[in-house]
Amino acid sequence: MRHKIKLNCEKSRLVDLRAFLNKVLSKTTLSEITKNQVILAVDEVCANLIIHSHDCNPSDQIALEVTESGDQLVFEIKDHGEGFNILEYKQPELNAVKKERRKGGLGIILVRKIMDNIEFESTGNQNTCRLIKLINSK
Amino acid sequence: MLQIDIREENGHVILVLTGEVDASNSVDLDNAIQGLIQPKKKIIMDGSALEYISSAGLGVFMSYLEEFETNEIQFVIIGLNSKVFNVFHILGLDQLITIKTNKEEALQELYEA
Repeated sequence: MRHKIKLNCEKSRLVDLRAFLNKVLSKTTLSEITKNQVILAVDEVCANLIIHSHDCNPSDQIALEVTESGDQLVFEIKDHGEGFNILEYKQPELNAVKKERRKGGLGIILVRKIMDNIEFESTGNQNTCRLIKLINSK
Repeated sequence: MLQIDIREENGHVILVLTGEVDASNSVDLDNAIQGLIQPKKKIIMDGSALEYISSAGLGVFMSYLEEFETNEIQFVIIGLNSKVFNVFHILGLDQLITIKTNKEEALQELYEA
């Protein structure tokens, strides 16, 4: 299976992203809870790109491709511009988030906890973030 | 789509969230909670019609925990469905925020604890 969607970099498009993922994942055997987790992780990465890499500029786009092969689901998110390397991001401690009254930083923690593998690569101007979920894992 | 309703009851306030909280509307949740900050206030957040929450919404709750403590505000979340509760649980927020099954339990927590 292979499904693609392109999103303009607006926060209001996240709801379309989730509707797309819901439809795609309805054909899998994932439990409702795992499905929600996976949708959440992809939402978090896309929201990060839309807000931090693209300053919510609606003329910028990010592309998502979902493929199911064997025992894994792969979510490949591509954008152009200054890359956000999720692997290099130093995630905050939960207590520090509370003490500093900060609202950000939780998304990446969620992505790392939910996904089985995360890859990031930058080639020229194009960045690719690959989120991999093993089916029947966790 | 997120709908926020605030209902004053005898001694406490109920904040009802309906729909989905994500990066596009978490600021509305933030404003709603900000408007409820008052020393010794008792707040019940009814999440029984909450279908989805992302880190943007969770971050709003996190950012108020210190303020709740400083102002001796009691904050209890009720009614979360299993998908939404699971997201709180993954982050360990169920250890930092009081989460109860229903309103009766919340009232017990607020008035008998």
